[in-house]
Amino acid sequence: MTNPQASKPKAEAPGPKEDIAEAIAPATRLKLFRSQLEIRYLEKRAYDLFLQNLVKGTSHLALGQEAVAAGFGVAMRSDDYTFCTYRGHAHTLVRGVSMAGILGELMGRDCGLTRGKGGSMHLTSVEHGVMGSYAIVGAHLPIAAGAAWSARYRGTEQVAVCFFGDGATNIGAFHEALNLAAVWKLPVVFVCENNLYMEYTSIETVTAVAHPAADRASAYGLEPVLIDGNDVEAVYRIALQALAKARRGEGPSLIEAQTYRHGGHSRADPAKYRPRKEVDAWLARDPIPSYRQRLLALGFSESSLAEIEQEAQRAVDQATEQAKASPVPPTDIAGRDVWASGGSEWRN
Amino acid sequence: MAELTYREAVAAGIAQEMQRDPRVVFLGEDVASAGGVFKTTEGLLQKFGPDRVRDTPISEQAILGVAMGAAMTGLRPIAEIMFSDFLAVCWDMVANQIAKTRYMTNGQCSFPLVIRTANGAGFRFGAQHSQSVESWAMAVPGLKVVAPSTPADVIGLLAAAVRDPDPVLFFEQKSLYATKGEVPDGEHVDELGKAKVRRAGEDVTLVALGAMVARALEAAERLQSENGISATVVDLRTLVPLDTQTILSEVKRTGRLVTVEENPRLCGWGAEVASIVAEELFYDLDAPIVRVTTPHAPLPAADNLEDFVLPSVEKIVDRVRMTLG
Repeated sequence: MTNPQASKPKAEAPGPKEDIAEAIAPATRLKLFRSQLEIRYLEKRAYDLFLQNLVKGTSHLALGQEAVAAGFGVAMRSDDYTFCTYRGHAHTLVRGVSMAGILGELMGRDCGLTRGKGGSMHLTSVEHGVMGSYAIVGAHLPIAAGAAWSARYRGTEQVAVCFFGDGATNIGAFHEALNLAAVWKLPVVFVCENNLYMEYTSIETVTAVAHPAADRASAYGLEPVLIDGNDVEAVYRIALQALAKARRGEGPSLIEAQTYRHGGHSRADPAKYRPRKEVDAWLARDPIPSYRQRLLALGFSESSLAEIEQEAQRAVDQATEQAKASPVPPTDIAGRDVWASGGSEWRN
Repeated sequence: MAELTYREAVAAGIAQEMQRDPRVVFLGEDVASAGGVFKTTEGLLQKFGPDRVRDTPISEQAILGVAMGAAMTGLRPIAEIMFSDFLAVCWDMVANQIAKTRYMTNGQCSFPLVIRTANGAGFRFGAQHSQSVESWAMAVPGLKVVAPSTPADVIGLLAAAVRDPDPVLFFEQKSLYATKGEVPDGEHVDELGKAKVRRAGEDVTLVALGAMVARALEAAERLQSENGISATVVDLRTLVPLDTQTILSEVKRTGRLVTVEENPRLCGWGAEVASIVAEELFYDLDAPIVRVTTPHAPLPAADNLEDFVLPSVEKIVDRVRMTLG
């Protein structure tokens, strides 16, 4: 463990110990492996497409942070809700959204999830429970709480899972949402991906506590939960527990997953503010090679893993071709869907 | 027909919709147990229970965020922001989240929600509890903006707002809460985007909103009796969608337009109305368009100062006389 903050976890995960000890089924492990790979390859492809000037605007990649989205994606029920941030390609993909829909959106093509009207920072696929990617830091925490309230009111046992970065823990909406969700005992799981940097500034230099999410949990009567966000099985287990707790009507959870982004904050950021040693240490903890090692040690065959790698790469290649072949959206959609009527009229 | 206060009409309007549709839920600060700081929501908790009528902490971002999340997943929330000035605290939710997300998702999500708020001056509360901010909302694509001037319109337009599939900002003018008016018996549902001609005249068209409607009507009576000037008074009722047909047809007939606005001058809704009339009816105008507004300044607290800055009946009468030479 090279991250000093991770060396002293505040608490064990909540819930019965036997859940933690229970073995994860082989098929589930392969899903966790595949899901991480799909994210990795898709994000790398998004980066390559920038370099080819086929992706415009900005984009925030989850390279290095794959385990958090993958662990939750595999644990969630298909009708649960996801609310994520502008760094949301991964959280969108893990709900079963098509890669071509994601890449097409990044490329401003008609096949994009929102036909180019949202862009990289606003990936949404309601049919997959992906209720939006939100680009104002912290704004989606109260919105996720609202979806959770609605789910409970309607008696559906759906849970809202809300992913956000460490930077969001210092904005008012974070605290408003945590308090309300705790008071109302809402079925919502708040997942802080602490990658140690907000944008360009280290979170610890601007935060009063060492663990920006976990150390705030007690203020809202919640258990502090600090996990290794680069360990996909740790994420998966905690996700199962938090989801089950929410479905039992026992209220929200706040999980801090420690992780690291391999690249900069966004396309424009070479991330030169990070010490080389720190970067190297975290690259050595890359969630994907370490999980591959673990699976081999558990007896999965090299060929079965290599096959998954090839399939994931092929899927990204095919999606890339599909997105490239898609036309740009027709300009008439620019004025559509301001209102539920489909139009944008503001006068008669 | 029964007579209700504007205040009682708020609770009656909410109750009508909650009775009709179990998806309608209501949340805000002090709205449940206390019945609202303006006593506009008394009895709702008792009638509909704590699952549907909820007190929140003083957390405006949470109130509107929760309303948004609930709306996009099948409920039809009514959220109260106690004073409209407080919308500034949660403007991200209003302007970036609720207003834009339908568009950004290419129509995948709907936001059938109503944000009710007490707007405007008249209580000597000072600058942070008195401003008329409906023009802020009007400037944001994706929001519908409603401001009733009578108890009947409170019920009818609130019902229309709750049933509308888009987010509606519903501005209750707090100086009107004690005013009384007839309301129709039984279910009452009006239509968004339709102005009402409250008084028909020949010489000049006064366009007003909220509390300014009654002042424009009083000014019109004085102009009639003192100067023989016959004024039309249009109550806009809805800023978005804007009923330009009614505005244009009345101004075309009278040849003169005076807007009466409680909001501060710059970029008030009257500027948009004036711009539309100037663009589309220029050659039908007999005089320059006039806007009567509060000055471009925060609102003062003292009785005489607050009265001094608001558009008074005298000010409206004076400005109308000037446009008629």
